[in-house]
Amino acid sequence: MIEHLDSALVNWSRAQFALTAMYHWLFVPLTLGITFIIAFMETLYVKTGDPEWKKATKFWMTLFGINFVIGVATGIILEFEFGTNWSYYSWFVGDIFGAPLAIEGIMAFFMESTFIAIMFFGWNKVSKKFHLISTWLVAIGSNLSALWILVANGWMQFPTGMQFNPEMARNEMINFWDVILSPVAINKFLHTVTSAYVLSAIFVIGVSAWFLLKGREQVMAKRSIIIASVFGLLSSLFLVYTGDGSAYQVAQKQPMKLAAMEGLYNGKTEAGIVVIGVPTPGKEFDDNKDEFVFKFEIPQLLSFLGYGDTEAFVPGVKDLMEGGFEYTGENGEKQIAISAQQKIEKGKIAINALAEYKDAKEIEDIKKQEESLEVFRENFKYFGYGFLNDPKSIIPNVPLTFYSFHIMVGLGFYFIILFVAVIILIFRGKLVEKRWLLRLAIFTIPLAYIASMSGWIVAEFGRQPWVIQDLLPTVAAVSHIDASAVQITFWLFTVIFTALLIAELKIMIKQIKIGPKEGGH
Amino acid sequence: MFENLSHLLLQQYWWIIISLLGAILVFLLFVQGGQTLIYSLGKTDMERRILVNSLGRKWEFTFTTLVTFGGAFFASFPLFYSTSFGGAYWVWMLILFAFIIQAISYEYRSKPDNFLGAKTYEVFLFINGALGTILLGTAVATFFTGSEFSINEMNFSRWEGAARGLELALNVHNLSLGLAVFFLARVLAILYFMNNVEDENILKRSKKQLIVNAIPFVVFFLVFVIWLMFIDGFAYDPTSKEVFYEPYKYLHNFIQMPLVLIIFLLGVVLVLYGIGISILKTTSNGIWFSGAGTIFTVLALFLIAGFNNTSFYPSTYDLQSSLTIENASSSKYTLKAMTYVSLMVPFVIAYIWYAWKSINNKKINAEEMSEDTHVY
Repeated sequence: MIEHLDSALVNWSRAQFALTAMYHWLFVPLTLGITFIIAFMETLYVKTGDPEWKKATKFWMTLFGINFVIGVATGIILEFEFGTNWSYYSWFVGDIFGAPLAIEGIMAFFMESTFIAIMFFGWNKVSKKFHLISTWLVAIGSNLSALWILVANGWMQFPTGMQFNPEMARNEMINFWDVILSPVAINKFLHTVTSAYVLSAIFVIGVSAWFLLKGREQVMAKRSIIIASVFGLLSSLFLVYTGDGSAYQVAQKQPMKLAAMEGLYNGKTEAGIVVIGVPTPGKEFDDNKDEFVFKFEIPQLLSFLGYGDTEAFVPGVKDLMEGGFEYTGENGEKQIAISAQQKIEKGKIAINALAEYKDAKEIEDIKKQEESLEVFRENFKYFGYGFLNDPKSIIPNVPLTFYSFHIMVGLGFYFIILFVAVIILIFRGKLVEKRWLLRLAIFTIPLAYIASMSGWIVAEFGRQPWVIQDLLPTVAAVSHIDASAVQITFWLFTVIFTALLIAELKIMIKQIKIGPKEGGH
Repeated sequence: MFENLSHLLLQQYWWIIISLLGAILVFLLFVQGGQTLIYSLGKTDMERRILVNSLGRKWEFTFTTLVTFGGAFFASFPLFYSTSFGGAYWVWMLILFAFIIQAISYEYRSKPDNFLGAKTYEVFLFINGALGTILLGTAVATFFTGSEFSINEMNFSRWEGAARGLELALNVHNLSLGLAVFFLARVLAILYFMNNVEDENILKRSKKQLIVNAIPFVVFFLVFVIWLMFIDGFAYDPTSKEVFYEPYKYLHNFIQMPLVLIIFLLGVVLVLYGIGISILKTTSNGIWFSGAGTIFTVLALFLIAGFNNTSFYPSTYDLQSSLTIENASSSKYTLKAMTYVSLMVPFVIAYIWYAWKSINNKKINAEEMSEDTHVY
């Protein structure tokens, strides 16, 4: 099926996708969250008629606009990259993945782009109410866009609601609701969008803090801080809740990712969660080095979060490689895990059986067709492993996943403390005096972006080598293009996106310095 | 509701949707066409500003339609997506680059401290306008001219063309459709300006430019269509699914599907009528005729590419690898699920219409540029 693997091609294709996806994600979270903050403000404006609220609405809307267009620019490439760089992938899953994407286009994108026009150009042309509804629809539309693409991503982490059709050599959807209501997909959506709300809240607080430090626009800044900090705190609490849900899902569906997130090589019962730690550099799953140079952990918590039982066994990298531990399968029965090597063998059996089936079909040998199809079905669960040769290739980058995960969680808790502090101080009327806190708030803006990116690194690096969990590894999904072509487009993207990022930042900073105007701009 | 539809019927339904989206997209490319005219129609800063703002309120529509077109194609005919996008890599990448630089240009052009300077963003708009239209036209022409690729029994596609799709842009027939789309986009843009902009100088120059652009459009379009009527097309046998060359295939498609022929002729007449009245009379309604005509014409061209047992994405390298709406489509279940979703489309069109009507009831002019709250 894949004749020779060009590792340069795979690496450049991955690099390009990572680059474009991360650039896209630099802009998306602010779009998702700030639209709600703007909608709250405009609602207050319409309710109270207070022009201060209108001024605030328009100011944040200007920043939103600058950020939004670059999100659009970096987004179009992702959609088409599925085809250009991951050709086999787009066939293998097109029957499932395409539907959410099309729905996204029809339902969400048009809603977003139509009502954005009213939001920006309609101030003097439509009624206040209609304008307000438009602003809310932009917020809902942009979040709906996120829903469908995250459903698709959730499906890749946990394929469900489908059946492999050997005739077409692809997965076909057999239950739409299983795909979109998959617990992994729903959890992923909620966790991702709320993380975006937290980031947006921090952005608004940070920028407002700057105004307070400069002694400008006090009313607008304080009001913005009140809205953003309450919104941010509520979102943060929900973020913890969905984060817990994510941990549970990962434990069930992607145990290798969980092991990497926690740097857990040797599985154990009553496993704890590492709060702070340094994984031993260069550690291999089969050597005798310690897992950590040092660590501080909360005992039993990982077993509890992952399996709802403090006694539960959490398999480590080594266990997943070697098998032999007991786990509860999808049908609720106790099973003994097999080793990575055995999975690869079964995967190869599946791939061979599929080829035999195709041959038998060619010569119209019905009996042979049935036989090979049965062998194929028995081993399909490990289909993706058949593309791999080295069992070690099923281990993701452990230190990267570990650190990203811990940075994300650590910052997430820091944000909660910040929100609480800001809320208490602003309601006591003492925020402006605490200049160090205002400075800290500005400094926190980049941290919010780092936390957000780290989350995606955990999700996407942590599941390597899979594009689709257990069914299709990255190496088999790639389009067969010259590695040099991908290299060229990689650098082109780097140059263009970086130039656009610089432009965006400069324009954004300038607009913040200009500040809100009466009547807006 | 759609439970009893056959797979073939669903495939045909989705080909119609794709065709319709493609047709609307070509119409909306007037935004791109307009971007190549900013300097020919606008001689002062204010005039250019009016033109940019007039287009700036529509660009997202074109963009969103392109994205939806791509998404719907992926969803309904994924084998096309994996074959063409992964194969004709350079053509699609160039198209994408052209659209990436468009998205930010409107918003950033006139903002202070914009790093690259207003001029650069205007050049971006021009590149998008020229490259976007020509390459999209070229890509669509390959539905008739074919590409070089093969597909194995696992539906794993392999591009056999030497230059990863760039070879397609060198084919004279592809290029003639590409240029026809380019000039059509400019013609539509001029008609759009005549409808949307209130400025005497711009109007005067528009009339002149209309003739200058209409002539090459008609020439390139005729060259392509006449050639198309006489070539061997890519037909397939409905029972054995075998693909073969059929002389005069596309002419036959018109004759065997008279309704499509009527749509096509009506479209062409409307396009020409819109141009004609705009040259001869003082009217701002040309865009409605030519716009509707464009949608009809492109719709008909898509339909003869995919209907009546025709391969819509033929391979000249290996005829049997050619893609048809039957072998490239999603499963019956997926198409059915999406068909339910497509019921939303009229609702979407209705709110777009309503929203636009509510802010678009007045022509754009110099006065508005200084008073409006959000100006590009």
